[in-house]
Amino acid sequence: MVNSADSHKVQDTLARATAVAAAVEDPELPFLTVHDLGILRDVRLEGEVVVASVSPTYSGCPAVGVIEKSIEQALQHAGFTAKIERVMSPPWSTQWITDAGRQKLLENGIAPPAEQSAAKPLLFGARSVCCPFCESVDTQKVSEFGSTPCKSQHRCNSCREPFDYFKCH
Amino acid sequence: MASDASPLQQTVVQIADDHLILGHRLSQWCGHAPMLEEDLSMPNMALDLIGQSRSLYTYAAEIEGLGRTEDDFAYLRSDREYTNCLLVERGNKDFAYTMLRQLYFAAFMQPFWQGVLAGTDKTLQGIAGKAVKEITYHIRHAGEWVVRMGDGTEESARRLQAAIEDLHPYTEELFLVDDARAACIDAGVLPSGESLRQPWTDTINAVFTQALVEVPEITYPMVGGRVGKHSEEFGFLLAELQYMQRAYPNSQW
Repeated sequence: MVNSADSHKVQDTLARATAVAAAVEDPELPFLTVHDLGILRDVRLEGEVVVASVSPTYSGCPAVGVIEKSIEQALQHAGFTAKIERVMSPPWSTQWITDAGRQKLLENGIAPPAEQSAAKPLLFGARSVCCPFCESVDTQKVSEFGSTPCKSQHRCNSCREPFDYFKCH
Repeated sequence: MASDASPLQQTVVQIADDHLILGHRLSQWCGHAPMLEEDLSMPNMALDLIGQSRSLYTYAAEIEGLGRTEDDFAYLRSDREYTNCLLVERGNKDFAYTMLRQLYFAAFMQPFWQGVLAGTDKTLQGIAGKAVKEITYHIRHAGEWVVRMGDGTEESARRLQAAIEDLHPYTEELFLVDDARAACIDAGVLPSGESLRQPWTDTINAVFTQALVEVPEITYPMVGGRVGKHSEEFGFLLAELQYMQRAYPNSQW
């Protein structure tokens, strides 16, 4: 029964470590956890070491380093020996944002990424984004680029509020 | 670049240099753009390119296996050791020039990364998976501006035309295949130079048609960057780019 008890202990450790890592917040969008964003790919045990693998959202996202450090520190504070691995392939996609994550984006005034239509013209093909405040589709793009690499800026023509859109990626 | 570097390492460094240098050029617009949207867009695109170059340099260092890091490649080589194409180091001049340069490069990199995704190198595929999405934004953004300027005022059209005449001969170097790159193509890692020409031409033709400008013939291709022969302004760029590492050796973020 020793083996079974050991395996139970390992599973328990893994479950606790996964919960700690998953709860880490994104520095730019602190209402989202790394689990909500879908960038925490895997947590596993290598002997005594907890290995968390993380994928960057954008190649040049300055938050990646901070996120990796935050996960490492959170695990260390919880008493684990932690190691972070960066996983590039397959690349992170906005489709990996969880339903709860999408809901949190909406509640914080950021339109969640919409599905991309297959046939999009090369230029001037940006779709109309639904306003996160009044749900009107009568909105216009102000800027393709926003305050972080993952967002663009829009304005609602109905309620006149400006808002961010989490770009489909 | 040491001549004993493997073909894959040499080629990865070439691609990384293209991205670092163009990223640096774009970043020079920060705080100087003609409008707020562009003050956001150019540093954003710069961030994409510099992020891609970091992944590529890290991979080059890994292939080399001598313990060098991304910083050694980015900051501690001399001008002749950089193998970026001349297109990306051209000075910013004006907004038309910058946007056209961006379009030329992005229209090349999109099919390039797609070719890498269909290739055999897992690390490059990982980088390509992100980059191909980012570069699509760059094409759209730069392409839309080229159309606005070509089909805009007399002054904007004049500036775009001047940019085309100056920059177009530099595009030929994008398609250049040296021995190292040929080895990577043969190994199934990279798409062939010729397979990239048609998609590039299609993109440029589509944008230029909307922009009411003509695609010129290239009578004298401007090349040299791939063998480390750069323009005078490249030295000034490097002086700025490398300042921190030269003044404070081994400094880290």
